Amino acid sequence: MAEDWPQMWKELGLELENHDKLMAALGPLYLEWFAGQPNRPEAMRYFDFVISEVHGLRIKELLDHKGKGGAVVGTFCLFVPEEVVVALDGVAVGLCAGTDFSVPIAEAELPRNLCPLIKSFYGFKRGKICPYFESADVVVGETTCDGKKKVYEHLGKIHPVYVMEVPNKKGPADRELWRAELNNFVAAMEEITGNKLSEDNLAAAVKKVNAKRRALRRVHELRWNDPAPISGKDALLIMQISFYDDLERFTRKADEVADELEKRVAAGEGVFPAGTPRLMVSGTPMAIPNWKVHHVVETSAAAVVAEEMCTGFRYYKNTVNEDAKTLDEMKEALVDHYMDINCACFTPNEPRLDDIEYLYKNSGAQGIIHATLSFCTPYLLEQGSVKRFAAERDIPLVAVETDYSEGDVGQLKTRVEALIEQVST
Amino acid sequence: MPYYAGVDVGSIATKCVVVNDDGRAAASAVLPTGVAGAKAARAAFEQALAKLGIGGGRVAAVVGTGYGRARVPFADRAVTEIMCHARGAYEHVGGGVTLVDVGGQDVKAVRVDERGGVAEFAMNDRCAAGTGRFLEIMARALEMDLAELAEIDPGRGDAAKVNNMCTVFAESEVVGLLHEDVEPAAIGAGVLRAVADRVASLARRVGGGPFALSGGVALSRGFARALSSALPGRVEVLPEPQLVGALGAALLARGQVP
Repeated sequence: MAEDWPQMWKELGLELENHDKLMAALGPLYLEWFAGQPNRPEAMRYFDFVISEVHGLRIKELLDHKGKGGAVVGTFCLFVPEEVVVALDGVAVGLCAGTDFSVPIAEAELPRNLCPLIKSFYGFKRGKICPYFESADVVVGETTCDGKKKVYEHLGKIHPVYVMEVPNKKGPADRELWRAELNNFVAAMEEITGNKLSEDNLAAAVKKVNAKRRALRRVHELRWNDPAPISGKDALLIMQISFYDDLERFTRKADEVADELEKRVAAGEGVFPAGTPRLMVSGTPMAIPNWKVHHVVETSAAAVVAEEMCTGFRYYKNTVNEDAKTLDEMKEALVDHYMDINCACFTPNEPRLDDIEYLYKNSGAQGIIHATLSFCTPYLLEQGSVKRFAAERDIPLVAVETDYSEGDVGQLKTRVEALIEQVST
Repeated sequence: MPYYAGVDVGSIATKCVVVNDDGRAAASAVLPTGVAGAKAARAAFEQALAKLGIGGGRVAAVVGTGYGRARVPFADRAVTEIMCHARGAYEHVGGGVTLVDVGGQDVKAVRVDERGGVAEFAMNDRCAAGTGRFLEIMARALEMDLAELAEIDPGRGDAAKVNNMCTVFAESEVVGLLHEDVEPAAIGAGVLRAVADRVASLARRVGGGPFALSGGVALSRGFARALSSALPGRVEVLPEPQLVGALGAALLARGQVP
């Protein structure tokens, strides 16, 4: 690559020594876990390339966008209405939050008994090792759990932060709160981007983001076929990349994967032999580069065929209504859309079980892994209702609680293999 | 007549059980695992065969299990300790049971269904609390042999209360109690009760009684008594509790060959 990335990183204010160590750790891990998968779709090459340029070319694109007066908005959660950011000619990027590497940097300040995702993202900022963070004009937080809510206060001291309040129930008063939060968000984004939200730019943005959600759904649902035409690991990777890649290019590339997968399905081809045990994963999001559970499953002669997670079904399940005409109607459509995410931050959250049932039935999964990040209270508590749901239907389920370290891979493997034995006998 | 073998490579001990064509246990061996699981597996296998006076050629199939199941080079396949323990427990009990297996570095609770299959299971999370290793470290802090700790009556009236379940903190707590001149046996009783409470809560997560106890720690009469008090219903200590996983593995090896 002719480009001088280290110079770019230096100008961004990254701590180069730590950043080098991070990149040196991630590269080989990716090669080992992804490149060796048998019969990978050709169209995955693009995503390999994106990963190889994760802190290079894509950052250059973001900086070029900023150079032309555009804004970059960092997010950590599905609740941040990216349609608004896109409409105002901003770029929404999901920030780094999925590695152990930055956790010790955060633990110098935050309690240890805290979700690894939160520690990871805070460490990335505190240690200045994430070029996305350093490129973001503002980070939009949200109140989906106590840990994030309070850490955004810490983060606000070292980076511009804007926090949206996500309601905890789904009643009329909660909708009203969310509608007000959406309006406040629009005003804040208009100020940051210097652009004004209009019927035209919002309608166009909704169409673009909907197209992305549809492309993801295509890729993910083609896995319902046996043999699965793509590994769970690659499907998860595509999902993770969707949060930070260029919106329209990503959609095209994801659709290219889906086109190839359709051909494979028609030809009866797959990445695992037909009849390979099929599992679905439900629980907390898996931020890039967290691929641990999927890797354990798919190196144990089984396939992950669905994710009831934010990095999965919760993101692409619904599209925003495109028939709205006036700006108010369009905003109402956004309110509808976001209030329909079945996140554990809501009480009660029964519809999440319907989502699990839908995915379980349609994907041909034979068992469920309920995977929760350590100290994620909302999902750890919902583990009980998911277990009851599975027990009532005689669905084999194993619940695992894990973080980003490699230390428990052996224990995870024993649990996952036992579940695979349970579904294969 | 062909034989079938199960080799259970645990974190502390490696166990081998050989069954005959009728599925009856014919010989067994238990060796420390040490640092080389593959070597221990081979040695335990050969020791069991030597007891029968037969060569490896007479063994039609071998199943490897336990923490080192992937490191039994002569095994025909690896099966998790969850399934092997369920199979082994079923052989002893002959029906549905909630099996509690307390090994060197992990604790598992398995609800075994009426046909000997796994209905549900749970394991301790990356933590030594409630394992054989925990008891070993506590015995050392109490300056007694593990065997001595294992035989303490957990029902003694003066049993101390041990609250910490983190191995390191529990050790400090035990040292603190010793400094307060609490009798070591009373502290030991508290340790057994604390471990039993922890294991019991894991067992209750997967099912009700009847309960069966296996694993090396089941050899501790004190622990078995403490667990019986902590769980509702009867807790049956399985015969040769350390060999339950290897027995299940041998029976699964036999089931594999038609």
